[in-house]
This record gives sequence, C-alpha cells and structure tokens, in this order.
Amino acid sequence: MIKFNQVHKRYPAGNHALKNVSFEIAKGEMVFLTGHSGAGKSTLLKLIAAIERPNLGSVLVNNQNVGVLKGRALPYLRRNLGIIFQDHKLLFDRNVFDNVMLPLQICGFDYRESHKRVRAALDKVGLLRREKSNPIALSGGEQQRLCIARAIVNRPTILLADEPTGNLDAAYAQEIMAIFKSFHQVGVTLLISTHDSSVLRDTKVRTLELRDGELQTASPGVRGAEPSEAANREASGGSQA
Amino acid sequence: MRHALAQSIDVLRRMFSSPLAAFLNVLVIGIALSLPTGMYVVLNNAQGLVAQISDTPQISLFLSMNAKTGDVDALRNQLTQHSAIARVEFVARNQALEQLKQSSGLADVIGGLDHNPLPDAFVVYPKPGEAKALDALRSELAKFPKVELAQLDSAWAYKLEALLKFGRTAVLILASLLSLALVAITFNTIRLQILTRRDEIEVSKLIGATNGFIRRPFLYFGAAQGLLGGIMAWLIISLSLLLLNHQIKALSELYASQFVLQPLSPGDSLSLLLFSLYLGWLGAWLSVARYLSQIEPR
Repeated sequence: MIKFNQVHKRYPAGNHALKNVSFEIAKGEMVFLTGHSGAGKSTLLKLIAAIERPNLGSVLVNNQNVGVLKGRALPYLRRNLGIIFQDHKLLFDRNVFDNVMLPLQICGFDYRESHKRVRAALDKVGLLRREKSNPIALSGGEQQRLCIARAIVNRPTILLADEPTGNLDAAYAQEIMAIFKSFHQVGVTLLISTHDSSVLRDTKVRTLELRDGELQTASPGVRGAEPSEAANREASGGSQA
Repeated sequence: MRHALAQSIDVLRRMFSSPLAAFLNVLVIGIALSLPTGMYVVLNNAQGLVAQISDTPQISLFLSMNAKTGDVDALRNQLTQHSAIARVEFVARNQALEQLKQSSGLADVIGGLDHNPLPDAFVVYPKPGEAKALDALRSELAKFPKVELAQLDSAWAYKLEALLKFGRTAVLILASLLSLALVAITFNTIRLQILTRRDEIEVSKLIGATNGFIRRPFLYFGAAQGLLGGIMAWLIISLSLLLLNHQIKALSELYASQFVLQPLSPGDSLSLLLFSLYLGWLGAWLSVARYLSQIEPR
C-alpha cells in the first residue's frame, strides 16, 4: 500500500531530514512511526501525501510514485488519504459541521448524501452534539477528534496521523487510539506518528523508529500487527534496508 | 451543483460583509472605465457629424464682379465637361442676395444698400475621391478665368477627421492603460482576500482540492466586481450624457440644429459590461494563479 525505496529528503537549509529510508506497509496494516522530535516523522508523512517531494528514491502509494506526481494529479491522490495534522488545521471561520463538510465539498459530493456522511463521521468521534459549535470552543481532545472526523468523512483507504495524541492526557489518548483501532478493524491502512510512550506500550503494533532521519532496524520483540480481516493481503513486514 | 450555488452565495455574502470597501472598489473601476468609454462616445458622435459633411464635399467658386453672362456660360460649359466634377449649381448674385435677406433677418440692412455686394457663384460637387484630389481640383478651378476665389467647404471636415484619428488613438491608449489598472485593482483585492483565507486554501489543498476548486470563488468575486464596475461606468456615462445633452440642446437650437450626443448603443453597452467582467475575472485569475504557484510542493 505504501512503499519507501531508499528515500532521501534534504531541506534547502541543508539539514538532512530523511536518509536512505526504505520500508513497506501492507494494505490494512496499522503501523506506528516513532522517534525523537526532529527525527523526520512529519517529513515522512508529508512525503506520502506529496506535500513534500523526495530528493532521491521513490515513494509508492497504491503502486503510484507520488514523488513525481504532477500537480494536477495531486488532489486525487490526497482524496484517497485521510490526514490528521499535528496542528489540526481546523478552520475557525465556520462551525464543526462545516469543517467536516469541506472534504466532501471539494470532491463535489451530492449535497444531501454529504450531510448524512458528515453526521456519521461526527457520531463516530462523539462530536454530534457539538456540530453547531465553533471549533475554537472545543477542548484539545475534541479538536483532535474533529480533525479525525474530517479525515475519515471521505472514507479514505489510508489514514495518516501526525502526533494525534500530542498534547492530550492519557485518558484522551486512549480514546483516540480506540477510534484508530476501530478503523484498523474495518480494513483502513494506518500510519500513526507518535512519541507517546503510553501509546507505544501496545506491543502488538509494528513500530518504525526514526533516529536523525534514519530508520532503525525493528527491535526484536516488536512484531508487525496482523492485518485486519478486511484486508486479505498479508503484511509483508518492514523491509530492512 | 448545489456546492457551486452555495459558493456563489458565499461570494455575495463576502462582498456585502464589507459593503463600503466593495462599493469603493466598484466606484474606482467604474470611473476608470468611464473615462475611455466617455471619450469613445464623444468621438463616435463627432465621427457621425464629420461623416455627414465630408460625404458631400463641395467647392464654392466666387466669380469676379465684372464677369458677364457670356463669361458665366463659358465657365459653366468648362465645369460640366470637367471629368472630376459630378454636378454644378449656379447661384446668381441677385438670387444670393434674396437668400441672404430671407435667412439672416438682415433684410433692413440689405435693403439699405445701393448695390448688390455679392458676386455670382458656382457650387461645384466633385465626384467622390480623396481629400488630396479635392485640393488639387480646388487649385485648378481657382485658375479658371473670371474666378476670384475657390473655396473647399469641407476642408475643415477633413482636418477634423484627422484630429479624430488622433483622438481614437488616444482613446485606445487610455483604454489599454485603464484596463491594466482595472486588472491591477482586482489583482490586489483578490490578493487581500487570499491572505484572509489562506488557512482555508491551505487546508483545502491538503485534503485534495483542485486548483479549479480553489480558484472558483475568487474568479466569481473578480468577475462580479468587474461587472458591477462596468455597470457603474455605464451609469456614469448615461448620467453625464443626460446632463450634457440638456446644455447641448439649448446650444444647437441657436444654430437651428437637432444635434444631441447619442448614448451608448445596446451593443456597445453589452461590450462594455462583458469587457469589464472579463478584466475582473482576469485580475482574479492572475492573483490566484500567482498564489497557487507559490504553495506547490517542492
């Protein structure tokens, strides 16, 4: 589903964000991406969504090399991805409902059908009661859940989350992880970046660790999570470069 | 379809959320457009006037006072046989005096004269040709025997036409410059709007919006603003003509003329509105294109 092949990413300032990163995530797999801050977690996620382009190597999403994707094709790649941003990127000029509506507007979804979908997504994250509120009035955990609702309303096959439990206390973090697990169960491929140790304690989930832009070989004892029943392809495990 | 409709409504809502700013923009665009358009209207009217006169050029030949009837007949023969002349009209000196008495209200003064001061005259209608040929013909006729003075009546019309050509070029330059200004105004308005909606654009791009989707509301806004500016220009011109025609009517009555400035034709009005709509659209397009190219992934 997602395959990195000897990917290098260097920023104009000169610092090497990613060095020779190779791995593969199978369809329906749920993977954690961990590492100290500045290790390149966000950069890696941005490469998948073609928000950044690699300097070397290839990034394949659904067998499509997104690193060389033309600007005109980018929107259609991103419509297949649900992205949960580190800084949420919610819009405060509209209410909760309209925030979740945005992806459907962008895809030109049928108006009435899109209302149903927005309500379903809000219900999934437990924010249906707050649909008329402005996101600024929501708590940190609620904002995070709103961001998730916006990412899933399109029913994407791949979900990318950048530090989704970043500033949340343990109870909220558990809640959010429970939501992610429910997506995993219905066959969504998830890549979740985190440095939250309470989350990482879940040893059944495969973990990719970045250190100064380099992927560490998976430590023994950490095994790939079984792909969900919905995904019939077997996880091929991380390819160790 | 509902989304596009919602977007259009959103554009109008944004416009009316700051009505003064929107109105000032429309006013500036309207004034900028009304200058060249107003000049165009005046030129068009002058053009009509000139075309009327220069279509029927005539040369007046005033004969010397001592010309006899025989001289007149000889001259008439010469003129009618001339290849460049279509028609000749003879105005005898007595007849000219009668006309003058009737038309000018100077009957009393003329009655007091002890002799007729007017010469015999021919009005020569040349065959249609160029202004240069007319001038050559006039010089030739001036050398005919017993001709005192040959005057090309429409000479001034040709001079005016040359002047109008100059005017048309001036309008073209002015229109180009002010169109550029209109594009620049829209460019800037849209740029400011983009700045206030940067988050929305960024998020939309990140979750799969095409450039077309992002452009659309701004294009609607630019086009709507341009169209309103065009309507403003049309109103300014129509109102100005109304005021001017009031004065011109009083003036032209003194010359026993029916001349008034003609307003913009429906075709010209439509062109004005479409052109201003297009310029607003163009300004918005350029503004959004510039912004979108800045946020492409590298």
